[in-house]
Amino acid sequence: MATQGPIHDPNQSEDRMIDPRTGEFVVIAPGHNFRTVTQMIADIVLTDNTPLAWWGGLFVAATFAMMMVTAITWLVLKGVGIWGITIPGAWGFAIINFVWWIGIGHAGTLISAILLLFKQTWRNSINRFAEAMTIFAVCCAGLFPLLHVGRPWLGYWLLPYPNSMNVWPQFRSPLAWDVFAVSTYATISVVFWYIGMVPDFGTMRDRAKNPIAKTFYGVLSLGWRGSTRHWIRYESASLLLAGLSTPLVLSVHTTISFDFAVAAMAGWHTTIFPPYFVAGAVYSGFAMVLTLAIPIRKWYHLEDLVTERHLDNMAKVMLATGSIVAYGYGMEVFMSWYSGSHWEFFMMWNRMFGPMGWAYWVLILTNILIPQCTLWSRKLRVNVTWLFILSFIINIGMWFERFVIVVTSLYRDYLPSSWGTYRATKWDYMLFIGTWGFFTFLFLLFARIAPMIPMSEIRMMLPQTKVRPGGADAEVVTQEAL
Amino acid sequence: MPIQEGVYGLLAEFNTPSDLVHATEMAHRAGYRRMECYTPYPVEEAAEALRFHKTRVPLMCLCGAVMGLVTGYGLEMWVNIWGYPLNIRGMPLFSWPAFVIPGYEWTILFAGLSAAFGMLAQNGLPQLYHPLFNAPNFANGATTDKFFLCLEAYDPKFDRAATRTFLEQFSPVSVVEVDL
Repeated sequence: MATQGPIHDPNQSEDRMIDPRTGEFVVIAPGHNFRTVTQMIADIVLTDNTPLAWWGGLFVAATFAMMMVTAITWLVLKGVGIWGITIPGAWGFAIINFVWWIGIGHAGTLISAILLLFKQTWRNSINRFAEAMTIFAVCCAGLFPLLHVGRPWLGYWLLPYPNSMNVWPQFRSPLAWDVFAVSTYATISVVFWYIGMVPDFGTMRDRAKNPIAKTFYGVLSLGWRGSTRHWIRYESASLLLAGLSTPLVLSVHTTISFDFAVAAMAGWHTTIFPPYFVAGAVYSGFAMVLTLAIPIRKWYHLEDLVTERHLDNMAKVMLATGSIVAYGYGMEVFMSWYSGSHWEFFMMWNRMFGPMGWAYWVLILTNILIPQCTLWSRKLRVNVTWLFILSFIINIGMWFERFVIVVTSLYRDYLPSSWGTYRATKWDYMLFIGTWGFFTFLFLLFARIAPMIPMSEIRMMLPQTKVRPGGADAEVVTQEAL
Repeated sequence: MPIQEGVYGLLAEFNTPSDLVHATEMAHRAGYRRMECYTPYPVEEAAEALRFHKTRVPLMCLCGAVMGLVTGYGLEMWVNIWGYPLNIRGMPLFSWPAFVIPGYEWTILFAGLSAAFGMLAQNGLPQLYHPLFNAPNFANGATTDKFFLCLEAYDPKFDRAATRTFLEQFSPVSVVEVDL
């Protein structure tokens, strides 16, 4: 059975995505077997012909990444004074972009860990590149606070280690918590991602014809040979890592929200921040997964593996988390009135109608109005073009959310004599846009080198995996049922 | 020591997981113990047939978690109470709620690394060379779409001819001898 080619059943012509036997949605398009799914995924990487579009994309991305390198070099030479940060607006782009990037990363962990625990098998098609997205987003995110400390070459002072100055980090500060949260998050994400790829690297090693590629994947696969005892331990470790990543991802954005919530600043000092930050992170992260998944499935013809149902499910997750975010915005407005605090009230008034009020309304438009008006319709949820556009709109909206939170609370605080304003400089923009290039650069390399979709997990979703006691004879029944 | 010099074992190739599980079960009933299945994805029924149930990965993970918690929280306590005491906002030196997050993160960090590297260590990986890679049909199947059962020469019941006959009754695609 495993050797037969794709089957085209005329009974399935009405809706390919409905299983005729059970009437349930199928996640993978019918007509695939272990070999065809393996080929579909592995051949993207193992081809000798690198598409010209890939080189073009890499060139553009590398150009932008060079812009980032330039911006960092100048920053190291001149200091953070080249940025728009001043007193009172001392956080600016560095923190906005940090929170934005790390929020994007969270969807990857959500997909790989939380959806695994909930046995949502549809995640299998998208978890690998969502995890890659997490890691590359964390790389970009980590840059910002590191550069924001002013002397990034002394960044290791943030870590607790015995030193000749005889000083230690201050563990009561949320900024020290951040160091632990983000470094743990980065480490565990990389380990989870790599462990997930080990069996697939084994497949790549066995399929590669080029001796260099064979050695390369052979070393990366650590000699994986698919032994059953190995698989059982492997599954156990994967499940444990998923179980650990779930509280981790929630704690990371909670800790980031504490950077704000612990400070006695109007607009920041609220208990709603942790859940609302986590929901916002997942919201923007799923938008980014769509931004990446839609072109990838198109270019690499993976529509059978990343199906309409995946897009629909992701849109539903965005709808749910978007609604939580909308609730968060509503509560902030309500509490600023209900608290009876003059400062809170002024902060909200200033946020809506002050000199930077436009940013608040952009945020409401892009994060609430447009998604809420369109995502409730199934027709639009499976409209690939609209989802692609919407994913950009939401990411812009989530960037503005962090802009509004960071800037409007800081630039007009309690004392009118200390009010200021905030204006980003060209170096801020160069660094931010440069990180997009850096992110795309890393992602393109990943798409060329590693299997983008976990092959072993896709194989597990095929109907051929069903084991009939008694062996081959029982298999005939399965084959007929197919 | 291998009873048969120069032979790692006999490798039977199957097209379906059902055939593999059936053959494995029968081999176990026939008294073979030194054997292993090789599949392109985890087949739990094969592990059942091999009577392989328990892994020590969760225990290693738990040890890592406890170690991380003790290390993280202990470090914070030592730094804040003895190593570098600071009066921050008049909080007590042992202000335990503020220490929760770094302790929690290190719990997860140590537990995750223990689970991942513990799994690799128990699997004996990395091991870039293995005799099975000598089998001509192994590479094209074991990580793609074929299911293998290897009865190893270490097994006291192993006998070149008899074991081959035993395996052939399950109508495998092929039975090949794997050189050591």
